[in-house]
Amino acid sequence: MMRKTLLATAALGLGLAFGGTASAQALDKAKACFIYVGPKNDGGWSQYHHEAVEKMQAHYGDKVEVQYQESVPEGADAERVMSQMALSGCNIIFATSFGFMDATNNVAGKFPNVKFEHATGYKREHANVSTYNARFYEGRAVTATIGGLMTKSNKLGYIGSYPIPEVIMGINAVYLAAKKVNPEVELSVVWAFSWFDPAKEADAAKALIDQGVDVIFSHTDSTAPLIEAQKAGNVTGFGQAADMPEFGPYPRVSSIIDDWAPYYIERVGAVLEGKWEQSDRWDGIASGEVKIGEFSSAVPDDVKAKAQEVMDGIVAGTLHPFTGPLNKQDGTQFLKEGETISDADLAGMMFYVEGIKGDIPK
Amino acid sequence: MNLSAIDFWILTASLIVASTPILLAGLGELVVERAGVLNLGVEGMMITGAIAGFATAVHSGSPLIGFAGGAAAGAAMSLIFAVLTQYLLANQMATGLALTLFGLGFSALVGQGYVGAKPPMMGKLDLGPLSDIPGFGVAFFRHDLMVYLSFAAVVAIWYFLSRTRAGLVLRAVGENHDAAHALGYKVVRIRILAIMFGGAMAGLGGAYLSLIRVPLWTEGMTSGAGWIAVALVVFASWKPGRLLLGAWIFGGITVLQLNLQVAGVQIPTEYLSMSPYLITILVLVVMSAMGGRKAKGAPGALGRSFHATH
Repeated sequence: MMRKTLLATAALGLGLAFGGTASAQALDKAKACFIYVGPKNDGGWSQYHHEAVEKMQAHYGDKVEVQYQESVPEGADAERVMSQMALSGCNIIFATSFGFMDATNNVAGKFPNVKFEHATGYKREHANVSTYNARFYEGRAVTATIGGLMTKSNKLGYIGSYPIPEVIMGINAVYLAAKKVNPEVELSVVWAFSWFDPAKEADAAKALIDQGVDVIFSHTDSTAPLIEAQKAGNVTGFGQAADMPEFGPYPRVSSIIDDWAPYYIERVGAVLEGKWEQSDRWDGIASGEVKIGEFSSAVPDDVKAKAQEVMDGIVAGTLHPFTGPLNKQDGTQFLKEGETISDADLAGMMFYVEGIKGDIPK
Repeated sequence: MNLSAIDFWILTASLIVASTPILLAGLGELVVERAGVLNLGVEGMMITGAIAGFATAVHSGSPLIGFAGGAAAGAAMSLIFAVLTQYLLANQMATGLALTLFGLGFSALVGQGYVGAKPPMMGKLDLGPLSDIPGFGVAFFRHDLMVYLSFAAVVAIWYFLSRTRAGLVLRAVGENHDAAHALGYKVVRIRILAIMFGGAMAGLGGAYLSLIRVPLWTEGMTSGAGWIAVALVVFASWKPGRLLLGAWIFGGITVLQLNLQVAGVQIPTEYLSMSPYLITILVLVVMSAMGGRKAKGAPGALGRSFHATH
């Protein structure tokens, strides 16, 4: 009995996957599937994806069935999970971490009638793969303005996850924006080599604090760096990928918040209408994909004003966080006076800008 | 590179905190192995202690009750091992491994509702003028209660094993269970008590991880600390004093590698990340090269099942 059901499901899945030209037709009901790199309540990255998924589900009600899997390791496991989802009748699969990039493209090749959406990646090897990302570096320019003005030791710390362009552009954006308001700042980078490892993130934050850093930026998913900042008492931090208001008004003085809900609603809607097309979306503060959390009461008024100015400039398009003159770490010229970086250069950024010490791990 | 930014005393303070979980768990395992039992389930008992301690602390609002809960859960887990190996004479290695796998899964299940919760914080112990001593005070007198309890445990276990009659009996059971049995000692009962003590200590170590070192709960958060504790016991050649030293070396490397990164030292982090394990292997090789079983100090009946047939 059990075996028959299994076979039937597999056959149905295969039918859906290889069933001809069903992709261009409008659907009465769609199944949207998601994989998260961490637990759905990590307080950061994965939680905000999940909340957006819930908003999308509420928006469509019965028309959309949602399936998700948490804590999917990046690598072969992700491929297995996504294949299983495609076989179980998912119409669209969202892979919500950079490290799912190759797995997404591999699985997409096998299931041409299932739509795939990969967050923060750049590979679209098949017509059914789209990528979407947010311009977090715009948010970092705003928080770094606050950090650069609030530091007393002039030492800023950055907890990086993996040395990939996404993270490196954030490090560069923080350094440039902080340097602009405070020429004395230095930036130390510690690599955790994980997206979600609270123990490692806490130890990294502690190592930074022990060496005199008093403003910490993080590009990992848990709240551990803020907990360490709170323990230290005089260290400023920011919510990362999530507002993290429970650490306000200090150490959390502001935050960079991801809002994926409009994108999810739009893309699942496109599947329902049969109008889904490959795309490469990269929106920022202006369109609301990146939001800046409230400046807390611990931020002095003049600092708030300065940060607001940066934010308004970005929204109006008059200020780009990467504007020349700008040199690479080794001193070679990268951008001429007044020139702004191209999206292609940004998406492949694998170098530090001039002034940041240390090497990017290979 | 700016090594002057690394303050030796602050680094020492950090490494003491980082080494406390493995020190507690290692001390427990040391007593268990001295009684002739090899329990490889330390990782499983630690993570069970981590979630149980976290949950009790969140519900009771008191970190101390949390630690008690962690110790109780660790001891309860070890009781499973005790029954299987002491009464049913199951293979100790296999049972220990099973305990680790069970603990990892069980804690993830129990922990579902606690991801993202915040436990009550445990303050530092106020040692008054002692903590104001420059250097030394920063490193040693600005910690929480559990750190000092773990130091006290090192001394207490050393005293118990080498200076008391009960400790002598426990060691006799570990060296030669048949002889101890012939002398009228209750081998199985003594071993079960030792196993439960080991479980409670592993639970405490786990609770320290989830309540103080990183006040958070996440699946698999011990990430191998239990295995390091097992290795530590061998490293320490079953002596509590050396175990403390070993724990500091292990904790120190973890802390040092991150501090070196901050200071801008150009060593690939992969090498630093694997260094604790490399050192374990190195020490094991050196120690086994130095002499026979006597020199290593392994208890004679370690890992052997006991059944009173006569």
